[in-house]
Amino acid sequence: MSSATTVLRNQGIRQASLPVWAPAATTVGAVLVTLLLFATTGFQGDADFLVVAVVISVLAVSGLSWVVEGRRRAIDRIATNLALVCLMLTLIPLGFVVGYVIKRGHTAFGWSFLTHDLSTTGPLQAGGGVGHAILGTLEQVLIASIFSVPIGIMVAIYITEYGGRRLTTAVRFLVDVMTGIPSIVAGLFVLSFWIFVLHQGFSGFAGALALAIIELPIIVRTSEEMIKLVPASLREASYALGIPKWRTTLRVVLPTASTGITTGVMLAIARVIGETAPVLLVVGSSNYFHNNPFQGSQASIGAYIFQNATSPSNFSVQRAWAAALTLILIVLVLYVAARLLTRRNNLARR
Amino acid sequence: MAKRIETIGLSCFYGNTKAVDDVSLVIEPKSVTAFIGPSGCGKSTFLRSLNRMHEVIPNASIQGKVLLDDEDIYGPGIDAAAVRRTIGMVFQKPNPFPTMSIFDNVAAGLKLNGVRKKSELDDAVERSLRGANLWEEVKDRLGKSGSGLSGGQQQRLCIARAIAVEPQVLLMDEPCSALDPISTLAIEDLIAQLKDRFTIVIVTHNMQQAARVSDVTAFFTLQGPGQPGHLVEVDATQKIFTNPTQKRTEDYITGRFG
Repeated sequence: MSSATTVLRNQGIRQASLPVWAPAATTVGAVLVTLLLFATTGFQGDADFLVVAVVISVLAVSGLSWVVEGRRRAIDRIATNLALVCLMLTLIPLGFVVGYVIKRGHTAFGWSFLTHDLSTTGPLQAGGGVGHAILGTLEQVLIASIFSVPIGIMVAIYITEYGGRRLTTAVRFLVDVMTGIPSIVAGLFVLSFWIFVLHQGFSGFAGALALAIIELPIIVRTSEEMIKLVPASLREASYALGIPKWRTTLRVVLPTASTGITTGVMLAIARVIGETAPVLLVVGSSNYFHNNPFQGSQASIGAYIFQNATSPSNFSVQRAWAAALTLILIVLVLYVAARLLTRRNNLARR
Repeated sequence: MAKRIETIGLSCFYGNTKAVDDVSLVIEPKSVTAFIGPSGCGKSTFLRSLNRMHEVIPNASIQGKVLLDDEDIYGPGIDAAAVRRTIGMVFQKPNPFPTMSIFDNVAAGLKLNGVRKKSELDDAVERSLRGANLWEEVKDRLGKSGSGLSGGQQQRLCIARAIAVEPQVLLMDEPCSALDPISTLAIEDLIAQLKDRFTIVIVTHNMQQAARVSDVTAFFTLQGPGQPGHLVEVDATQKIFTNPTQKRTEDYITGRFG
């Protein structure tokens, strides 16, 4: 018998381990130590307290574990705690952003705010609303999506199902470059081409064109990834039934990928719904309801927030926060609606 | 209805790599033909080339002829989709469409080929599910997703889906390798029943299974790793398993393969 097996056998399957309450107790201990530290030394501040407490607690648990449980368990605990801390670091700013927007935005927010415009409300008056900007934004994003969603999905289908290797690589490269285009450049392009060269006026439609350019690559890339995830065995099952390729794509591949594609479309919409720069360039802004997206300047939520937030009037600033809250809520509602819609589609029918 | 398949000097390629070398074989109608042989000997590839599923893989190609009742399925003017409607296929892993209900899975081949009439679809679905011995188990949940079924039920669902389009030949690529013995038995019974209406070709790693279900057995092998697979011997199953002509066949079926 070799010595290695002897060592392994002697180790057995039981190992010393910290009791389940140890991490919690250590954390409480770490908080107490930190309190002591802050009381006796020059440390101060809430954020500092949190950081010091977390560091001490992680170090203490890991150290304790190293001594009692051994190296492998200790490293396991360090890695787990590190992942947990990173999760917190991500969630904290998110929570603060949402919380702060709600805190500042709820004063002016309400049904009347959602349904009124600023035609009779000046910067120095309370009241007024964001209704005209909601209408403008929804119209512009809808038109942009009517262009970019079908085109984007069809491009994705082409490069996953049909394209040759060289063309696919070229298209994918172009789409990646397009993803990196700053939104203001998309706006400038529409301004110089649609408005200066083709002599079209400022309009919601011009804004929609710019937004479509921004949406397109996001939709192509996410749809492509989702379509690639559809197992080849499903396509083969369909081909083996004598179903032609285009029908297989339409009835088997797309429905299977639909949840992911919807998420991609929602990401693209969330990305452009608050766009301000290109919209200000080619749509302009407005203080009253303007239904026609094909002619004349139109309000949008991004531009509305920008103008009200930069106004010196306290009432305007409150309206800007309420509009920001509105924007977050719209994205949330759209996202939930899209999720419910695809879930219903995926349920077995009949 | 069942048709005869004949291959003449059929070789299959993946890019420049030859996977199957020069196979000439006759598959008689209304019989069960089993392909046996070690892994990598090209029996699945050969099977897939019989209904033009081989060419679905990028860069895959064939040489030689596959005759379906004297018509070359790789000939000019032949529609691959029409070939596959005539020669159906069941795969190694059950692969029901996850977004469709049990009913829609079975009806998929008909619906997507243009059958619209509700009564016609209802009839075909019931007939196919009964044909696959699955009707009694799923008749009360036709609207539910097919992914909720057990592995054996899913495989029978795939068989029902394949026979719903009324093919004349049914190719089965190791249909039982992912199933437990009870489900395997159910599928083997099913194969015995389907033999009356279809020409059946089955690839299997299980020699007992080949002996149980098939009338004719073809033994494939390869010289060594990286070499193309080829046909060693094809004969009545009885003969292959009791008195094969070739030494290599005997070595393989008695477990002395080397």
